[in-house]
Amino acid sequence: MMHWTEYFGPLMQGAWVTVQLTVYSTILGAIFAFAAGIGKSAHTLVLRTISIVYIEVFRGTSLLVQLFWLYFALPLVGMAIGIDLRLPPVVAGVLALSLNIGAYGAEVVRGALAAVSKDQYEAARALNFTPRKTLWRIALPQAIPEMMPPFGNLAVQNLKDTALVSLISLSDLAFRAEQLRNFTQDSTTIYTMVLFMYFGLALVLTLMMKLLERYVGRWRAGAR
Amino acid sequence: MLFGIAWDTSSNWTFAVSILPILLRGLWVTVQATVLGFFIALVLGLVWAALKMVPLKIVSWPAAVITEFIRDTPLLVQLFFLYYVLPEYGIIFPAFLTGALALGIQYSAYTAEVYRAGLQAIARGQHEAARALNLKSVRTFTHIILPQAVPRIVPAMGNYLVSIMKDVPILSVVTVLEMLNVAQIIGDRTFNYLVPLSMVGGIYLIMTLVASAGVRFVDRALPKRGIPLK
Repeated sequence: MMHWTEYFGPLMQGAWVTVQLTVYSTILGAIFAFAAGIGKSAHTLVLRTISIVYIEVFRGTSLLVQLFWLYFALPLVGMAIGIDLRLPPVVAGVLALSLNIGAYGAEVVRGALAAVSKDQYEAARALNFTPRKTLWRIALPQAIPEMMPPFGNLAVQNLKDTALVSLISLSDLAFRAEQLRNFTQDSTTIYTMVLFMYFGLALVLTLMMKLLERYVGRWRAGAR
Repeated sequence: MLFGIAWDTSSNWTFAVSILPILLRGLWVTVQATVLGFFIALVLGLVWAALKMVPLKIVSWPAAVITEFIRDTPLLVQLFFLYYVLPEYGIIFPAFLTGALALGIQYSAYTAEVYRAGLQAIARGQHEAARALNLKSVRTFTHIILPQAVPRIVPAMGNYLVSIMKDVPILSVVTVLEMLNVAQIIGDRTFNYLVPLSMVGGIYLIMTLVASAGVRFVDRALPKRGIPLK
């Protein structure tokens, strides 16, 4: 019989994997979000179409379906076209998580870009800014502070979603919990501890996103 | 063969056609879990919202902490918690019911916010006008506040209904035979995961696109100034 304090060791190992997964997939997800969000706001029809299809597919299907598809079905696509597309679980996990959260983030990016006042775009045009310069120097610095509160929610959503990767045998916090439970049958203690650990991680993540929000708040027009 | 329906693996197309009725069996379970989970979320969310709006801190504060806790922890872990812990206290539910309960509890934390935001968005002037007209507080709520809050609440709830539907596949881990689980079993037995998993993705996409269009339609159809309840 294990004493409950002995659960901390394996659970902490799992929590560390969860933290890493969250960090990687949130950063990669942010890249997808900006790419697709800017793409959907673009004037080029091709870019817009690609972005819309990406956003609709990944927002319209279940994350678990996407994860299983990347892990179980993609290798078969690879076999059919003669490329090895077998992904290690960690790659499939990070990819599914970031593609999923990126699609939600893309709508946030698009909305924030659309919310930048029309006058700003007109002024940039009057000053002969190229479209690229307008985006980088005018639109994004003002739009990013507006994206931060929804991004904070998405980051927590992403942390929670990492639990699903335990289903493709990644040894994250949820996986370690299941392992310990099989070993000790002490479900109540283990799952209570794990719930509180996720809660603690979410609080830390929320705090970090708040700090980031304050940092980028300086870019807001008129803020000095 | 699953649910007494055989599949035909001679080509990908015949395979897809032959497993469609099997996947639709799974879809039916998905729909049932969605509806039951949504119902629990609507009722429990109303309870949380009411508790959070009680002016007594000793009531509202614990409710706020509990809903925050529910919102910040993964559905999968909550599901395992219910699945393993409830039986230890002699509460034995079928897996489907445990799953729907987990969905309902997770989303009740979100629906609570929808109720609260919807009710608190009604301008103060409306309360004051009702008071000036000498309406009792019950009548103010049922005839002034509620009719105006409904058009704000309903579309947001529709979005959560879609979210719940997308989270149902998680119930497969506690042996609920919803659509993804069915596809997974077909894959395990035929070694062809590509066709069933892609079909599940496609069916989900159709369902959510239709549901989102429905939510947008309802949003537009509801009169913004409020619906008369009589």
